[in-house]
Parts: sequence; C-alpha cells; structure tokens
Amino acid sequence: MINVSKLKKGLVIDHIAAGSGYRIFRQLKLDELNDVVILMRNVPSRKMGKKDVIKIENHINLDLEVLGLIDPHATINVIENGNRAKKIALVLPKRVEGILKCKNPRCITQYEKVEAPVFYLANEEEKTYRCSYCDSPTQFEGGE
Amino acid sequence: MIGRHLIEPRDCSVEELEGIFQLAEKIIEAPETYAEACKGKLLATLFYEPSTRTRFSFEAAMLRLGGSIIGFDDPNASSAAKGETLSDTIRTICAYADAIVMRHPREGSAKLAAESSDKPLINAGDGGHQHPTQTLTDLLTIRQEKGRLENLTIGVCGDLKFGRTIHSLIRAMDRYAGIRFVFISPDELQLPSYVKDEITYASYEETKNLEAVMGELDILYMSRVQRERFVSEEEYLRLKDIYVLDAEKMKKAKPDAMILHPLPRVNEISVEVDQDPRAKYFEQAHYGMIVRMALLMKVLGVKEND
Repeated sequence: MINVSKLKKGLVIDHIAAGSGYRIFRQLKLDELNDVVILMRNVPSRKMGKKDVIKIENHINLDLEVLGLIDPHATINVIENGNRAKKIALVLPKRVEGILKCKNPRCITQYEKVEAPVFYLANEEEKTYRCSYCDSPTQFEGGE
Repeated sequence: MIGRHLIEPRDCSVEELEGIFQLAEKIIEAPETYAEACKGKLLATLFYEPSTRTRFSFEAAMLRLGGSIIGFDDPNASSAAKGETLSDTIRTICAYADAIVMRHPREGSAKLAAESSDKPLINAGDGGHQHPTQTLTDLLTIRQEKGRLENLTIGVCGDLKFGRTIHSLIRAMDRYAGIRFVFISPDELQLPSYVKDEITYASYEETKNLEAVMGELDILYMSRVQRERFVSEEEYLRLKDIYVLDAEKMKKAKPDAMILHPLPRVNEISVEVDQDPRAKYFEQAHYGMIVRMALLMKVLGVKEND
C-alpha cells in the first residue's frame, strides 16, 4: 500500500466514485495548478469498496457545480493545521451555467454563439438537465 | 403585460390570459372601437422561415389596430444572409420598431432573441419547440364557443408524439379545473411521457379508437400527421390517414361538441364536415387574429378604452 502523508493545509476531495477521480482532475484543471496535487485511485474503502481521493496542498476555489455534477456523493474536507476544519457536502446543482452543451442538433445554440448556456436540472436520478433555450434533455458525461 | 416577451404559453399567468381574453371579447363585440388603438406604433415581423398563415394573422391584427408593419419573410433577403448574428439583428430592429414578432426554424431561438430585445418579442414559432399564440388562439376559441375553460372533456387526436401545438394545449388546459383529456393515437404516435408527467390537475386516458370515445367529448382537437417528422416515408404513409373525421363519425358526437384543428389539414378531416356547425376550425383562424390584436395591445401598453 502506498502511503500519502497527511495534509497540513489544503483540500481533500474524498469519497469520489472509483474511476471518476481522473475526470474531476481534468474538469477542475488541477494539472494547471502550481501546488502539490495528488490523485489516488482505487483506494480501499469500507463504505465504498474502492474510491478515488484527490488531495491539494492549498486552499483553492473549487468549482462546486462541476464537482456536484460529476460526483454528487463526493465530499470536500478543508484541512487547517492538520485537522479537518470544515466538511462540504456536494449536491447536484439545480442550475448550471457554461458547463453543459446542448446536444439537440436543431437547437439555436448550435448555430449562434452563446457564451455560457444555462441548463436546469430535470431528473436527479438520471442526472438529466434541460437546455434553457430549447428544453431538450442533456445528460452530463463530462468526458471531454 | 407592458413590454413583456411571450416565448411560451406559460409566460402568461391564468389571470393574465383572462385579461387578454376579456380584451379579445371586447374587440369581437366592437372592433371599430379599436381601429386606431395602435396608431403610430410599428410592429416588425421577422420570418426566418415562411409561414403565410401566422404572418398574415399578425400583420392583419396590427393593421386592424391602426398600426404599421415592417418585416421580411425570406431570410435570404435579410442581414442574416450576410452573417449577422441573431442578437445583432434584434438589437438593430429594436431601434426602429415598438414590438417584434419572430418565427425562426431553430428551437430556442425566440428565447435567445428576447435576451437581446428591449422591446416586447413575441414568438411566432421556434422550430418544433413553442408556438404560444397558437395556444392563445385555441384557448380563446374554446372560451368563446363553449363559454368556459373549465369542466371540459377534451379529445386530442392524431400525432400526439410530435405535435407541439398539442403539447402546449395540454399544458395550458391543465391549469383549469375539471379538465379530462382523452388522448387518441396509434401506439407509434402516443403522447411522450415527459408531457404526461407534467399533467398535474387534469385526468386523462389513452385510446386508439376515436369512434368509441366520440360521444364523450366536448371538444375534439384534430391534428395533422406531419411528413417532415418521419424518417421513413413508408411509416408516414402507413400512419397519415389513420384517423379521418367524417360525417359518419360526427353522428356519434355530442350535439354541442366542437371540432378544432390548428390547420393546415390534409386528410384528417373530411371536407363534408366543414358544413357541420360543430366544425369550428375556420372560426378558430378568425379568433387567432383577434387574440393577436389583444396581445399586441397588452404588450404595447396602449389604452384599452372601456
């Protein structure tokens, strides 16, 4: 087992569904940070069997919308002086702006430039969002 | 409603709709009173795809109110052909006109256009998405001809899968008390579940047999099976004439039943039915112009001389 030392100050994104860690890493553009960042995959977990964990050695502003969208069950721990100072639970955002793209080929957003298209949560279980322009459902895949 | 956009039917509350319908009723009673209601006002009609019926209805409405119109019905003749964005076109038109009516083939275009418009913008159809003034037309026709919008059994027949006017009508009528829908369609063209899921107050049942339910209906709303919605021509040909309303079927209808159709029709209502006093689809077209007159007056905020 690889050991990663405890953080003194920073953020731990915990309980990420195994396999989603890399996606979150990319979507949050953690590769562009100058801080120490660790992505751990397939960490044994009592609750989840296997999980992914991301540790960031700094307090940065995370895009909670993106995180909630990719894995609403993940948790964020804010670490101060080696202890957990705060725990942030994620939820699937009701409204997302500039993250999703409409897949309806007849939607106006395919033809005209819309800077930050807005989507509204339509079905929580299926993670379906509706385009605020054409109302077409779009599922978040977040792979790109 | 001064300065408001109308993108989808539910942009208006039930109370606001009632205000439009009451004004429409006054226009029907004394149209001459309103002959100069919009004098000095200019309406721009931007038709990015042709629709003679809807454009004429809006233009006739504005002209009958004493207003003026500018516009196009061929996008190749507009600045869109030069590559101008929709929002730039709208901003420019806002510098000239007092209100805008727009029809566009892309879904969601009306909402995008409204974001750039500081003048009231009325959606006259954005692709297969919304066509709110058709819904206002349907509601006014029902209200005038039946005397109420509550406690009605409404049969909706034909292409329930793709018919956007039908989806809008269902959503709009669901807000009134005592509504029962009877959805009549073949399996292939059933009402999508996302529309059914939105039905909150009304009750509904589904059937394939028009004749069997004819006698229960206060209103029968017929619709065309649209060729352009089918990938397979064979499937279209098989389904297009699946329901044909004729004099024989009309015998089973209630004496005070009402037949509606958004027009244009193809074969789904036989011409012999036109003579039946219960056929109201041509009156419906007249109500369409009247309701647009009332709507234009409301969004332009002109005096309604009581």
